[in-house]
Amino acid sequence: MSIIVGENTKLAVSGLTGREGSFHGLRNKAYGTDLVAGVTPGKGGQDVEGTPVFDTIKEAVTEAGANTSMIFVPARFAAAAIDEAIESGVETVIAITEGIPVLDMLKTYWKAQEAGVRLIGPNCPGVLSPGKANVGIIPAQFFDPGPIGVVSKSGTLTYQIGNELKQAGTGNSSIVGIGGDPIVGSDFIDILKLYEADPETELIVMVGEIGGDAEERAAEFIAAEVSKPVVAYIAGFTAPPGKQMGHAGAIISGSSGTAQAKKDALEAKGVRVGESPTETAAIAAEMLRSL
Amino acid sequence: MDLLEYQGKQLFAKHGIPVPSGEVADTVEEAVAAAERIGYPCAIKAQVLIGGRGKAGGIKIAKDVEEARAHADAILGMDIVGPHGEGPFRVDQVWIEGGSDIAEEYYASIILDRGEKKLLAMVSAKGGMDIEAVAAEDPDALVKRHVDPTQAFDAAAARSIAADAGLAEDALDEAAEALVRLEEVAREEDATLIEVNPLIVTAGRDVVALDSKVTIDGNALFRHQDLAEVADTVDDPHEQMAKEKGLTYVKLDGNVGILANGAGLCMSTLDVVAQAGGAPANFLDAGGGSKAEAIVNALEVITSDEKVDAILFNIFGGITRCDEIAKGIITASEQTQLQVPLVVRLDGTNSEEGRAILREANLPNMHEESTMLDAARKVVELAGSGS
Repeated sequence: MSIIVGENTKLAVSGLTGREGSFHGLRNKAYGTDLVAGVTPGKGGQDVEGTPVFDTIKEAVTEAGANTSMIFVPARFAAAAIDEAIESGVETVIAITEGIPVLDMLKTYWKAQEAGVRLIGPNCPGVLSPGKANVGIIPAQFFDPGPIGVVSKSGTLTYQIGNELKQAGTGNSSIVGIGGDPIVGSDFIDILKLYEADPETELIVMVGEIGGDAEERAAEFIAAEVSKPVVAYIAGFTAPPGKQMGHAGAIISGSSGTAQAKKDALEAKGVRVGESPTETAAIAAEMLRSL
Repeated sequence: MDLLEYQGKQLFAKHGIPVPSGEVADTVEEAVAAAERIGYPCAIKAQVLIGGRGKAGGIKIAKDVEEARAHADAILGMDIVGPHGEGPFRVDQVWIEGGSDIAEEYYASIILDRGEKKLLAMVSAKGGMDIEAVAAEDPDALVKRHVDPTQAFDAAAARSIAADAGLAEDALDEAAEALVRLEEVAREEDATLIEVNPLIVTAGRDVVALDSKVTIDGNALFRHQDLAEVADTVDDPHEQMAKEKGLTYVKLDGNVGILANGAGLCMSTLDVVAQAGGAPANFLDAGGGSKAEAIVNALEVITSDEKVDAILFNIFGGITRCDEIAKGIITASEQTQLQVPLVVRLDGTNSEEGRAILREANLPNMHEESTMLDAARKVVELAGSGS
């Protein structure tokens, strides 16, 4: 098994006719993901290298059997595209787009909750289940199938850690980028729940960063609900307060949201926190050997 | 993006929240002229993006023209350090407003609660002081209530929060009205934080926002033309230069210049450099593309900071190919006539090819390392302790 995406994923890509959307959508297809449809309003009836394009996500569901939607739509139209996906009947929506206004996401988050649709992102690299399916922009060559589930707010930092895990001779059940925005569809806790229930996942690596309190909440959840070992890494110890560090959500507000507070919260609940990406991967590999 | 006090108050006024009228001034002469028009007593307030201005001497009351001149002279140009060590922030502008006859000082805010995914309304009868301290000492004094995302935030809901916070009975309706309008500011202006401290009741029993702290979502500026113009001004000249070049850059205090691709990897690179005993000079995320032009721009911004003694490029190629990055580095180091040592770590897609290209170019002053930790140690060694 794996989580969120896998052999049963039937993918519809909103924005498949655009430059980024076609590049990544076709890469996902080349990896083995079952790409069943593209969606671009006004371009229904066309195709992108053999993949049919529909005007609406609803048509991609009824005509092509899509169950997963990936959003590659420019920021100012992306929330509306996610809303459309939520109402279309797909089970999962993965939003890659960066720069969506956060109050739009606030409304969209609750729509997804109400509809019971799993939303990943926005501002995320997507989800990869090595050997099965890749939905998003994660470069799959750095990840082999294996027993470690990864959940992360960051893209390249995750590739760095994944590559070190691969070099250590291990691999991943899934890699989930939850995104670096202040409001994301799924938090660490949502993904930890899935890994806890996934029989293929034996250990979880969680990659956090400054801003918000998702890591602190995850620490509480791990102590109460997660039986599998968790190794964490937190980025941003040197970040000054009040400055946005690249990601919209990566900001220390007053005295809250610091890397140290997150590390302390996790360690207080018995979660080991690596000092660097390299050490984090080494701890994970070592813990896996002793399981 | 944070607004200055007066910019926040202009936003409040636009939405019908009572604020004292006033004028902004850049010079002592302008400030004195404004004070003369407004009359005495008047408040002269430093306009900087940080709390704790009063304690730092950035807010003064003037009783006459001599005091107005003396206070404006003292405040303009002063440096203010925030309560958590932020800054220092140089005062370039003051806001002059009529003195208020304060009977009560309350606190009101609307913030985005990231964890709960709702707007959170907070009210306290203990305004005019550090609200974090109030909440720590007397948690019951700060009433917090989430705004139901599926329902309108109406006067009845706002009034119940104000009543629970123990606001004066005869001020409840007006305070509730102000709170409803603050929530409207959040939704309509894309504000993720609005804080009014103090929200006062005057001797005449009017409710007035005497201060403002407003953060606007930078991702929503495309639909707020007026606020987008405010956002175009950045205090730090290096950050301004980066902004013009479309780079995500944050100036720090050290002497090790840093470029990485991806926000998370970049933050991690700063941390690893600090662990190796170095002091990062900046955060700079080159982004996903990282073509030659972006690298030239990045090097120009990093080296515009004269404190930089050595530079680290930490690249993990995903979609980005390291051979393209290597070519970009060669072009950039030639175009910018780089004077300080550069440590490059290339990993990921086509990293072997990228490293070969760099070795072949044999640039003076360039050092290649294969791991992030080795690269951090090397750049710290080359940068020295700074001078």
